[in-house]
Amino acid sequence: MPSITEIQSEIVEDFSFLPQWDERYAYLIELGQKMKSLPEEYQTEENIVRGCQSTVWLHRECCDGLVYFQVDSDSLIVKGLAALLMKVFSGQPAADVCAADLTFFEQTGLNAHLSSQRANGLMAMVEQIKSFSEKCVDDSR
Amino acid sequence: MTFEINKIREDFPILKTMVNGKHLIYLDNAATTQKPQSVIDAVTTYYTSYNSNIHRGTHHLSNLATEAHEAARKTVKDYINARHEHEIIFTRGTTESINLVAFSFGEAFINPGDDVIVTEMEHHSNFVPWQMMCQRRGANFRVVPFDKNGELRLDIFKELLSERTRLVAFNHVSNSLGTINPAKQIIKLAHDAGAVVLVDAAQAVQHVAHDVLDLDVDFYAFSGHKMYAPTGIGVLYGKEKWLDAMPPYQGGGEMIDQVSVEKTTYNSLPFKFEAGTPNIVGPIGLAAAIDYLNQFPFGEIMAHEDDVLEYGRQSLNAIDGLTLYGNAHKRTSILSFNIKGVHHYDLGTLLDTQGVAVRTGHHCTQPIMTALGIEGTVRASLAIYNTRQDIDTLINSIRKVLKMLGK
Repeated sequence: MPSITEIQSEIVEDFSFLPQWDERYAYLIELGQKMKSLPEEYQTEENIVRGCQSTVWLHRECCDGLVYFQVDSDSLIVKGLAALLMKVFSGQPAADVCAADLTFFEQTGLNAHLSSQRANGLMAMVEQIKSFSEKCVDDSR
Repeated sequence: MTFEINKIREDFPILKTMVNGKHLIYLDNAATTQKPQSVIDAVTTYYTSYNSNIHRGTHHLSNLATEAHEAARKTVKDYINARHEHEIIFTRGTTESINLVAFSFGEAFINPGDDVIVTEMEHHSNFVPWQMMCQRRGANFRVVPFDKNGELRLDIFKELLSERTRLVAFNHVSNSLGTINPAKQIIKLAHDAGAVVLVDAAQAVQHVAHDVLDLDVDFYAFSGHKMYAPTGIGVLYGKEKWLDAMPPYQGGGEMIDQVSVEKTTYNSLPFKFEAGTPNIVGPIGLAAAIDYLNQFPFGEIMAHEDDVLEYGRQSLNAIDGLTLYGNAHKRTSILSFNIKGVHHYDLGTLLDTQGVAVRTGHHCTQPIMTALGIEGTVRASLAIYNTRQDIDTLINSIRKVLKMLGK
């Protein structure tokens, strides 16, 4: 499996082929639409990540030191952003997730454009992914 | 001066801005309005020509600044038709104005077992301060619901009113639904029951009649930045008899008369409620905004905004699957809606790619959203400079966005 750094580079490259912002959003929407819905049993209160405007569910698993995530949202744009996070983090060693710097968000310019990070809850998702991974590292010792 | 929309648009330099390669269509006016050049100039002139601390200075600049600051109080007084200039308290905004009353009036007049009545359609700023005050004072927090059209249930309000009702707080115009509440009627009913009334006029003072004597309201709160003035300046109007009877809200400079180790006596109105060096330039900017509005017959401003609003409602209603929230008989300036199968955040974010600025979410009115059974809405809100063309662009942009979303 490619490393977190390699996957982030791929994402940055993918976005470089989409100079216009409506194309980039169209790509995010497509990612959101393509992502499988989270099974209903995982759409629980405790899996909700508190974003400001959209509801995000994050299902977490820790297995043999690796972390796996599944995510869903009622907003397609947020779901698309979440799909990118899944690409980067799901299936990676928990220790690598803890140590990783999230660089693609800045390098694609997504951070400048989606200025309202509070609104889309992306940072809250990243925090939860990180804190779960820390716990996974501890539990796997 | 006659109301000429093209000239008015020229007065607001920011409307020439390009966003994402498109002309800005600014439809987020209930959050904050843009500023005319005359307001920007008034603020700039203050800082370039006579910036100084006010009230106790002995020098030339201090006198100029004091004069301008206090002249602004008179401009505000005249605009809302208050009796006295000292009934105008400058605050940071509507929220602070309401908190001031919730604290000071609460300390002096609210006792355990008293009732305080608000409505389900309040902005959190006119909801939470009263909830907090009721908890502090052991009073009962009562809430008037609204009906399917977004009109207050006055029948329930009348039932809630009793000799225990000490205070009633409600908005003249709802920031989420655009409902114009029957303020005079509500105030009269409350007064007949012996209650004191606060009106949240944040969305009213720039769009509908704003005469505090005619309303006979006890407290009237609004913000500068939603009426073409700078941020950080707001107003609390209070009837002299209440303001005199209330204890100060904050202690510090400006609000004192004499201070000693044993005892402090307080300054007279309005300074009793204006502790510390105030926002000196804020009122100067606010007065410039009021002067700007005063150029036009207010009826013409209302007629123009109503025309754009009703055109907007018609145009939006023609979109399949679109629901407009707030269908009150009397309404103003707010177009709050959702489209079936589309998240409000997605619609708002994608409208931005078309240069259209709207707001999405619960608009700080979660009780409204709960009553409607929704998470939030897309809200396009109008101001003096919006036009039917802005609505056309909004509609075209919505159609483009729906295509992007595969709808």
